[in-house]
Amino acid sequence: MISISNVTKTYKGAAKPALDGVSLEIEKGDFVFLVGASGSGKSSLLRLMLREEVPSKGAVFVLGENLVAIPSRRVPYFRRKIGVVFQDFRLLPNKTVFQNVAFTLEVLGKSSAFISEAVPEVLNLVGLGEKADRFPNELSGGDQQRVAVARAIVNKPAILLADEPTGNLDPATSAGIMSLLEKINQTGTTVVMATHDVGTVDRLKKRVVELAGGHILRDDRKSGYQHALPNTDQIELPLQGGLE
Amino acid sequence: MRLGFVFREITQGLRRNISMVVSIILVTFLSLTFVGTAGLLQAQIGQMKTYWYDRAQVAIYLCTNTSPTDACPQGEASPDVKTAVEAKLHDPTLASFVSKFYFEDHQAAYEKFQQQFKGNTVAKYVTKEQLNETFWVKLKDPNKSAVIAETFTGVAGVEEVRDQRSYLDQIFSILNAASIAAIGIAVIMLASSVLLISTTIRLSAFSRRREIGIMRLVGASNFFIQLPFILEGVVAATVGSLLAGVAVLGLIQFFVQGYLAQRLPLTSFVDISDGMVIVPLLVVLGVLLAGLASGVAIRRYLKI
Repeated sequence: MISISNVTKTYKGAAKPALDGVSLEIEKGDFVFLVGASGSGKSSLLRLMLREEVPSKGAVFVLGENLVAIPSRRVPYFRRKIGVVFQDFRLLPNKTVFQNVAFTLEVLGKSSAFISEAVPEVLNLVGLGEKADRFPNELSGGDQQRVAVARAIVNKPAILLADEPTGNLDPATSAGIMSLLEKINQTGTTVVMATHDVGTVDRLKKRVVELAGGHILRDDRKSGYQHALPNTDQIELPLQGGLE
Repeated sequence: MRLGFVFREITQGLRRNISMVVSIILVTFLSLTFVGTAGLLQAQIGQMKTYWYDRAQVAIYLCTNTSPTDACPQGEASPDVKTAVEAKLHDPTLASFVSKFYFEDHQAAYEKFQQQFKGNTVAKYVTKEQLNETFWVKLKDPNKSAVIAETFTGVAGVEEVRDQRSYLDQIFSILNAASIAAIGIAVIMLASSVLLISTTIRLSAFSRRREIGIMRLVGASNFFIQLPFILEGVVAATVGSLLAGVAVLGLIQFFVQGYLAQRLPLTSFVDISDGMVIVPLLVVLGVLLAGLASGVAIRRYLKI
């Protein structure tokens, strides 16, 4: 489904590569957490999967498309099979919840009959059936993120990419979003989520890929999930030394 | 659905940038009016050329007693001169160029002069003898006047050979210069309107960058993203070029036909049918330029 092999990505003007020789396989129906500090390469990896970036070296295959060689006119059609959610929601403030979700389908040229059926359905799925006529600024952060998720999945993508979707939310709200993502995952959608949120990762017990400095530090693919940060002994925490 | 969406996007974009849109309309309107005026001038020149060149004749002026002595040392042309000139015009080598000719004697020249300068004091002082006797030659091909000039210039008793078109050419070159000036102004204004369109489209794209970002994210095709912006420029420019078309037609109807044609009844002027040829060209030009300008602008802006 997603196959990344020996990918190195160096941004223009940067001395160190953002990703350095990264290889990763994600199967259909997987739920994968990408964890790591800021600048560890989580977002770069997501951007490669969405073909927002092209790797400097290595190969990226997503849904059978070779994303290194795909001609740019085909990129939009590839992206229709992928849903994306961001930390900052990225809703259109002058459109209602319904219109925000319908916008995706409108720009893809779907018929209004299809839209008036698909949008309420997906809003019910994310639990916003009653709030279809509200504007984003009238909603809580959690509900805004639900709108964003609804927009991402309304076209029934095979893969949902989420870049810190709970980064702006309190723990209780985050839990709500996470159970929504789990629900989506259970319908067969592959979910790849980058996050800082240790509590969430601990609770869900899914596959964890940890990145640091552009390398994959660990990938709990076969052994299954153990703990968000099992290698604490290897991580230097300067404060601890000072307290002793 | 798609059309409805595109249409909504366009009206939104136009409303958001209303002052820029108005300036696009005004600049295209003015520049295309200049283009149209230049076109009309060219059409007018063409029309006058066919009209006047058809009527233009070559004059062979014979010597008079008052002619300058270097051209006419013998003074008044003798009847022999007239017979010689007439014979030459009948000669097969020249006759093949000549459509017809006639002789104008002192009396006829005097009557014509009196009529032309009626009321002018000069008419009182001129005498028959001062006015040249003239052979008026109409050519089959007006471009071949050099043949007549070569044959008769320098012949004793002939003062001068003059192609009437040399007078007309001066008028035409003035009109030509005017139309070139109009084209020059139009080109500068068209350039500024192209720049204005691309700036406006960029502003419009910037104010809708959220929408564009989401469109790209969910996989809208580039063409579909660009279309509303391109059409935005095209709509504004179309309004401007239609206004220019109205202005050009108004110019023909009220200034050329309503004013000039009334005052100069003997001249044929451009009319609405010429305008009907120019106006569609203006609209096409405006639409093409706007489409190109906004297309290039938005493509640069949306480059991945």
